[in-house]
Amino acid sequence: MSTTTVAPDTTAYTPSAETIAAVLAPGEKPRRPGPVSASLTFGWRAMLKIKHVPEQLFDVTMFPIIMTLMFTYLFGGALAGSPREYLQYLLPGIMVTSVVMITMYTGVGLNTDIEKGVFDRFRTLAVWRPAALVGMILGDVLRYVLAAVVIVGVGLVLGFRPGGGVMGVLAGIGLLVVFSFAFSWIWTWLGLILRSEKSVMGVSMLVLFPLTFLSNVFVEPLTMPGWLQAFVDVNPITHLVAAVRSVMAGAPDAGAITWVLVASAVCTAVFGALTMHRYNRK
Amino acid sequence: MAVNRTGLAVETSGLVKTFGKTRAVDGLDLAVPAGTVYGLLGPNGAGKTTAVRMLATLLRPDGGEARVFGHDLRTEADAVRTRVSLTGQYASVDEDLTGTENLILLSRLLGYRKPAARERAAQLLAAFGLTDAADRQVKKYSGGMRRRIDIAASILNTPDLLFLDEPTTGLDPRSRNQVWEIIRAVVAQGTTVLLTTQYLDEADQLAGRIAVIDEGKVIAEGTPGQLKSSIGAGTVHLRLRDAAQRPEAERILAKVLDTTVQQEADPVALTARVGGSGAAVDAAAAGSRALAELAGAGIVVDEFSLGQPSLDEVFLALTDKAARNEEKA
Ligand SMILES: Nc1ncnc2c1ncn2[C@@H]1O[C@H](COP(=O)(O)OP(=O)(O)OP(=O)(O)O)[C@@H](O)[C@H]1O
Ligand SMILES: [Mg+2]
Repeated sequence: MSTTTVAPDTTAYTPSAETIAAVLAPGEKPRRPGPVSASLTFGWRAMLKIKHVPEQLFDVTMFPIIMTLMFTYLFGGALAGSPREYLQYLLPGIMVTSVVMITMYTGVGLNTDIEKGVFDRFRTLAVWRPAALVGMILGDVLRYVLAAVVIVGVGLVLGFRPGGGVMGVLAGIGLLVVFSFAFSWIWTWLGLILRSEKSVMGVSMLVLFPLTFLSNVFVEPLTMPGWLQAFVDVNPITHLVAAVRSVMAGAPDAGAITWVLVASAVCTAVFGALTMHRYNRK
Repeated sequence: MAVNRTGLAVETSGLVKTFGKTRAVDGLDLAVPAGTVYGLLGPNGAGKTTAVRMLATLLRPDGGEARVFGHDLRTEADAVRTRVSLTGQYASVDEDLTGTENLILLSRLLGYRKPAARERAAQLLAAFGLTDAADRQVKKYSGGMRRRIDIAASILNTPDLLFLDEPTTGLDPRSRNQVWEIIRAVVAQGTTVLLTTQYLDEADQLAGRIAVIDEGKVIAEGTPGQLKSSIGAGTVHLRLRDAAQRPEAERILAKVLDTTVQQEADPVALTARVGGSGAAVDAAAAGSRALAELAGAGIVVDEFSLGQPSLDEVFLALTDKAARNEEKA
C-alpha cells in the first residue's frame, strides 16, 4: 500500500447562496431509472473501480494461469500419458474450477464494501433495490470472462485443441458465466451475514475446496469408491464441467446443459431472495 | 415545496430502536416543522445517528410511529426515499472514485441521462468549489472537501428534507464556516434540514429549534433562547485587574448572587450563574449590586459582562438533571 497524499485545499472557497440556489432550483425531476438501467449504472461503478484499482485484476489472471500450468504438468504424465493429452480433458474443468473459485471474491468484496458509508447512500435511493448488488455482480462477471479467456488462451498455447471450435469455446464460457453469476448470490448472502472479510474467506474455502476437487475436474469418477461417486454425481460442479466440456468438444450434452441452466435459475432465485432479505435489514 | 397538512417534515412518537440490550433510541418524540433547520443535540451514544438512520429508511424501527412528510416510515419507505437525502456521519460517497464520477453515478441513479448527469455533476462541483478537484479520487480530498462532496451528493436530488449527521465534526474553523454557509443557503431554498451535532454553538448558530437528546430520549425541546432561559436568568463573566484579589472577589460574588462561582483557567477570570432554574430573578439588578460591592471592597474590575447562559451550560444542567432524576427513580 502506498500512502496517499492528501492534496491541500488550496482554493479559498466561499459558498455562494446564488449558485447553491441554482442547483436546488425545483426543475423537472427526472423519471427514476428502471431495474436494468440502474443495474447497469452500478455495473459501471464496478468498471470504474477496476480502472482506479487495476491490481484487483491480478487474481483473475495470475491465479488461473498458475492453476492451468500446475495441474497440466503435475498430473498430465501420470494420468493421461502426456500433459498435452491430459490438457484436452483438463482444460474445461480447470477453467470451471478457477472461475468458480474467483466468485468467492464477490462475497469478500461486498463484506468490505457494505461497511462503507456509500452503501447507505445507495440504500436511500428510490431505485430497484437489488440493482446495487446486481450491478456489482455484473462487474464481477467481467472478471469471470477475463479469467476464462486467459485460461483458454494459455490452453491453446500449450496445445489444447477444442473440437467445438470458436463457437464451442464461446458457448462453454457462456455457460460458465451464467452459472457463476447465479453462484455469486451465495457469496453475497454470506458476505452480508458473516462478520468479517476473514470469515467470509474461511467459509468460502470450506465450501469451494470439496466442491471443486470432489468432482470430475481432474479424473473420471469411475475410478473412485462408490460413496465418493455418489457425492460427485450430485455435485453441481460435476454437471457444470460435463456441460462445458461437451459444448467445447462440439458434442453438446443436452441433459447437463439443462441441469446447469435450471440450477442457475434456482440458485439465483433462492440466494438472491436471501441476499435481499439481509440487505434490506442491514 | 409540497408540505403535508400539519406542516411537519418529521413527526415521531415513541420511536424505539434496540440493538440487543442497548436501547439506542428509547421512545423518541419529535415534531420538525418544514422549511427550518432543526437540531438534534446530544453527547456520544445519545442515539442521534440511530434516529436519523431510521428516519432515512436505513433502519427499521422496533416500535413507535414515524412519518416523513406524512408518509409512514414503515409502509411507504419508497415514497420517503424520493423526498429525503442523508449525509452520514462518515463518508457517504465512494472514496475510490473521483468527485465527478461519484456525482455522475448518483445522477444516473436518479434518472438523469448521460449528458444531463455530466452537466449536473459539473454544476454541483462548481457550486461547492470542487471544480479543481473534480478528477481526483475522493480519498485524496481534504476533510473539508470530503464533507462538501458529501453534501453535494446529497442535494443532487433536490431533497425536501436533508439529514446531516454531525456535518462539521473534525473540520477546521474555516471549513466549518463553509459548511454552515452551505446549510444556510440550502434551507433558504425551502429545504428542511435535520442536523445532528455535539456542538452547542453549531445548533445555536443554525437551528430554529433544538431537541436535546440523551439515552435515546428527548430531555428538552425548544428554540435556543427558550432552552437557555429555562435554566437560569443569565451568566456573569468578570475579569479582574489583579489576580491576587480573586479569592476575595469570589467570596463577594457568591454572597451577593447567592450562587456558586467558578474560577476560570485564566487567573483573573470568574464566572457565575445568576438565578436558579425557573426563578424570576432580575439578572441585571443582581449584577449591578455585585459590581457595587466589589468596588466598595476596593477590587478593580477590568471587564464585566452579563449574558444568557451558553448552550454548553444548558446542556450540562439538563443532563445533570436527567442523571439525578434517574437516581431517584
Ligand atoms: N449497529 C449497532 N449495533 C449495536 N449497537 C449499536 C449499533 N449502532 C448504535 N449502537 C449503540 O446505540 C447507541 C446509540 O448510538 P448512536 O450511534 O445512535 O449514537 P450517536 O448519538 O450518534 O453518538 P455519536 O455522537 O458518537 O455519533 C450507542 O450505545 C451505540 O453503541
Ligand atoms: Mg452518531
